[in-house]
Amino acid sequence: MTARALSVLVPLLAAPLAFGVIHRIKARFAGRQGKPLTQIYRDIRKCLGKGATISRTTTWLFRAGPTINLAVTLTALLFVPLGGLPAAVSFPGDIFVFAYLLAMGRFFTIMAALDTGSSFEGMGASREAVYSCLAEPMLFLALLALARHSGDLSLAGMLSAVSAGSWLTGAPILALVTVALFLILLAENCRVPFDDPTTHLELTMIHEVMVLDHGGPDLGFIEYARTLKLWIFAAIATSLLLPAASGSLAFDALWGVAGIFAAAAAVGVTESVMARLRLTRVPPLLAAAGAFAALALILVEG
Amino acid sequence: MDMISLAHTAVVPVILANLALLASSRLVTCIRLVALQGAVISVTPLIFETGPLSVHTAVLCAVALSLKGLVFPWLLHRTLRRVVVRHEIEPYLGYPLSILLGILGLLASLWLAARLGVPEASSRSFAAAFATILTGLLLIVTRKKAFTQVMGYLAAENGIFLLTAVLAPGGPLFIELTILLDVFVAVFVMGIAIHHINRQFDSIDTDRFCSLKD
Repeated sequence: MTARALSVLVPLLAAPLAFGVIHRIKARFAGRQGKPLTQIYRDIRKCLGKGATISRTTTWLFRAGPTINLAVTLTALLFVPLGGLPAAVSFPGDIFVFAYLLAMGRFFTIMAALDTGSSFEGMGASREAVYSCLAEPMLFLALLALARHSGDLSLAGMLSAVSAGSWLTGAPILALVTVALFLILLAENCRVPFDDPTTHLELTMIHEVMVLDHGGPDLGFIEYARTLKLWIFAAIATSLLLPAASGSLAFDALWGVAGIFAAAAAVGVTESVMARLRLTRVPPLLAAAGAFAALALILVEG
Repeated sequence: MDMISLAHTAVVPVILANLALLASSRLVTCIRLVALQGAVISVTPLIFETGPLSVHTAVLCAVALSLKGLVFPWLLHRTLRRVVVRHEIEPYLGYPLSILLGILGLLASLWLAARLGVPEASSRSFAAAFATILTGLLLIVTRKKAFTQVMGYLAAENGIFLLTAVLAPGGPLFIELTILLDVFVAVFVMGIAIHHINRQFDSIDTDRFCSLKD
């Protein structure tokens, strides 16, 4: 019970810290000091303390977007195990619930963006819709390969079935799935090379442009949901690399958190050494992730 | 790690190199990919060796590794420097479609391996070998530059080498070395041929040959 609670409570508290790690790594690569690791907590607190200005052209959809997005991200978090710790909720086939909860959050973010009536936000929404259409089957292919490899249809089950030890027998499959999952992590979280979270030109933004009109608590919710989403995908991608559950609570939790921060560091390094891809080059990259996952699926002992 | 999982692990870089070859337009990348694939493939006889390591296999692997991993890329880089071409600009078949055909080829090879009743331990490697041959042929047929067609030829040869390692481990050393020598000569001659094509037509697009008439 404690373990289940921990796999939800730790991300709730520590997820923004992973973002801090990304910022710090990027700053160090650029030769800067970087903002404090806890800056994003302060940003969120500042946003929560503010009032919001809401355009008269918007409807309730605009207000509901960030709230629903945060709610479904929190719900999706329940299905994700942390390292060796079990997930709070788990049943066969919950990968579909998990994936479509995140899809629902994205749907409402897109709706809220379209609701503003701004052409820039419409463009961002359309790009987001296209990329998520492409990323979703890739996520399923990768999870399907894992499901066949582990013989378990629940997210927590398939992730706990593989650990660093299973690389001895299934190294090719696990390597392919890990690479595919890392690419999906970058795509789903709008990181370089799929999207540049720090750009300041509306034309080149994807995720950022969709949330331009949000302010105050809504923006705080969006930021917080974003850190949770990064945590979720990092937990999934790294759990293939972590040692098997030892039964010791502190040990498992520590490895899980270390995995997340390692993934965040990897994202930071990727962002520092790469430029954002041209929009037309993104689908082939996602297709490459899909090819990796499909190859893993083919190679699984059937 | 036992032999089967080692063989399965070796298959992955071979297949990924196939797909990357079909996707890349930079000729330098193609050379590196084929060299990498050749290097991985030239140590596979060691994996399929049953019993203790024989001199035969060791010699074969050493010769293949030095040729495919070092000599060929060096010769090809030299040729590339001479003809001053960097990219395959406009293949007959686009890159996305080539990759799709590559994946289809892989699936067909897996089906063929199951159909022919190749033993479980070597079925993956068989499929990878066959897919590599198909990739090579696809490159030869669908690319315009004479240089990329040479890459296709080398990829197909990689596939044949892997196929021999899978199906007939411990075959006569003579024949294998002779084939390697043939390939060496072929790469050498093709390098010269490409150079001459380039001088004659100011390009290494093979469709320029259509202008040759009696």
